[in-house]
Amino acid sequence: MPIPVRLRVNNAPRQHDIEPRLLLVHYLRDVCGLTGTHVGCDTSICGACTVLVDGKAVKSCTMFAIQADGSDVTTIEGIATNGHLHRVQQGFWDCHGLQCGFCTPGMIMASVHLLAGNASPSRAEIADGLRGNLCRCTGYSHIIDAVAQAANSTEVTHG
Amino acid sequence: MQSTLSHRSLLEPKSLRDALNMLRQEKSLVPMAGCTDLYVALNFGTLQDTRFLDLWRLDALRKIERRGDALSIGALATHSDLIRSPLVRSRLPMLAAAAREVGGVQIQNRGTIGGNVANASPAGDTLPVLAAAGAFVWLQSASGTRRVPFTAFYTGYRQTVRRHDELIVAFEIPAVRGRQWFRKVGTRAAQAISKVVMAGVVPSTGSGRAADGSVRIALGSVAPTVVRATRTEAALAAGASVEAAQRTLVEEIAPIDDTRSTAIYRRRVAANLLARMLAAR
Ligand SMILES: Cc1cc2nc3c(=O)[nH]c(=O)nc-3n(C[C@H](O)[C@H](O)[C@H](O)COP(=O)(O)OP(=O)(O)OC[C@H]3O[C@@H](n4cnc5c(N)ncnc54)[C@H](O)[C@@H]3O)c2cc1C
Ligand code: FES
Ligand code: FES
Repeated sequence: MPIPVRLRVNNAPRQHDIEPRLLLVHYLRDVCGLTGTHVGCDTSICGACTVLVDGKAVKSCTMFAIQADGSDVTTIEGIATNGHLHRVQQGFWDCHGLQCGFCTPGMIMASVHLLAGNASPSRAEIADGLRGNLCRCTGYSHIIDAVAQAANSTEVTHG
Repeated sequence: MQSTLSHRSLLEPKSLRDALNMLRQEKSLVPMAGCTDLYVALNFGTLQDTRFLDLWRLDALRKIERRGDALSIGALATHSDLIRSPLVRSRLPMLAAAAREVGGVQIQNRGTIGGNVANASPAGDTLPVLAAAGAFVWLQSASGTRRVPFTAFYTGYRQTVRRHDELIVAFEIPAVRGRQWFRKVGTRAAQAISKVVMAGVVPSTGSGRAADGSVRIALGSVAPTVVRATRTEAALAAGASVEAAQRTLVEEIAPIDDTRSTAIYRRRVAANLLARMLAAR
């Protein structure tokens, strides 16, 4: 039986009647039409589906959408402002942090969460913060470069 | 992906009492916390249950606090909560170390200590810590509360003493004296299930004795349940050498060959971990 949920996705209020079994990732992709959040596995291991729920990085394939009732959800579509890439997106662009791009939305959302808690992480801390995300293409080192650049760019803006 | 989830439903209790009443009324309800174990089982089709009880919003079960001399950790505390808690870091650093090894940050943000314990995998990373620390499990049902020693909680492979109408509400951890040690060995650094995981308490240098006068050792992934290596502990208490204690440990554990590793390798690694733990003074 469908039940009502109200939440905010990328700052926009949303209200739907949905089946309790609907996973958050399918809600975002199929109900909200936000297909930037990817599904890369069926064992919750890849991290491609990472979004922020009330500021915390979670795998949206391990949550039912109704469990996000009342929450603020941020997806990859919600981090650029006025047509300007978020500094983490810019980092991935500048440092070739992607090849096929499948893992990228999840990598970026996990990086946004990481930088919110640690403004200037070491390379080891970046690798640790992204251990829940798999990439089959890049070998990770350009991803770490991208996040390191994004971290440095905060210092510039804030300094 | 979605098809495996058809015909399922999720009850949202408003309070712990509410949740316990729902469990009493419907014995086949399955509690659901962070869902990081359950979802994988759902998706593999290994889970037959169709109705779930969502515990996630029961914030009363998320508290980490001192109760007299003991530390009390709510079942819903996430691995991230454990890593960040000043109380856990100062009183039970081996638990913070174990939580840091669980999955990646997204799993740590959702996965709970109660789920890790209730899931009853012998590879759960927080389990050896609770065993070595001499923890107690607090179980609650609509008709009452009971306190079970952690080492009596598991009765066999993936079997526990928890009744269907009970929830794990908290863990009680008496003050641990001595140096705490934790090590997980897996295939890769991140997101790997343990091949061998070990936690221990060693009398601090100087004092010469831990709280109960001896070394405490617990291991995961080397038997059908997490185990306290009581014979090895006794040997060390009686003054056995490291080599002799290693021989006792290798005989005492009962690892198997499985997809992750072999019994021979696990015995070898367990012995090496013991030597490391005893050497790291
Ligand atoms: C990618 C990935 C990596 C992982 N890596 C690790 C790892 O390195 N180490 C590790 O130990 N685990 C790991 N896990 C497993 C899992 O994340 C942990 O076991 C986690 O602690 C489970 O908690 P949960 O709240 O998500 O449990 P859930 O999935 O919600 O529940 C698990 C079980 O416990 C029961 N349950 C939950 N809470 C209660 C309660 N309060 N009372 C009674 N029963 C309850 C449920 O009914 C269910 O049977 C990993 C999982 C994934 C998907
Ligand atoms: S889709 Fe792979 S972790 Fe969620
Ligand atoms: S860029 Fe292809 S998976 Fe990461």
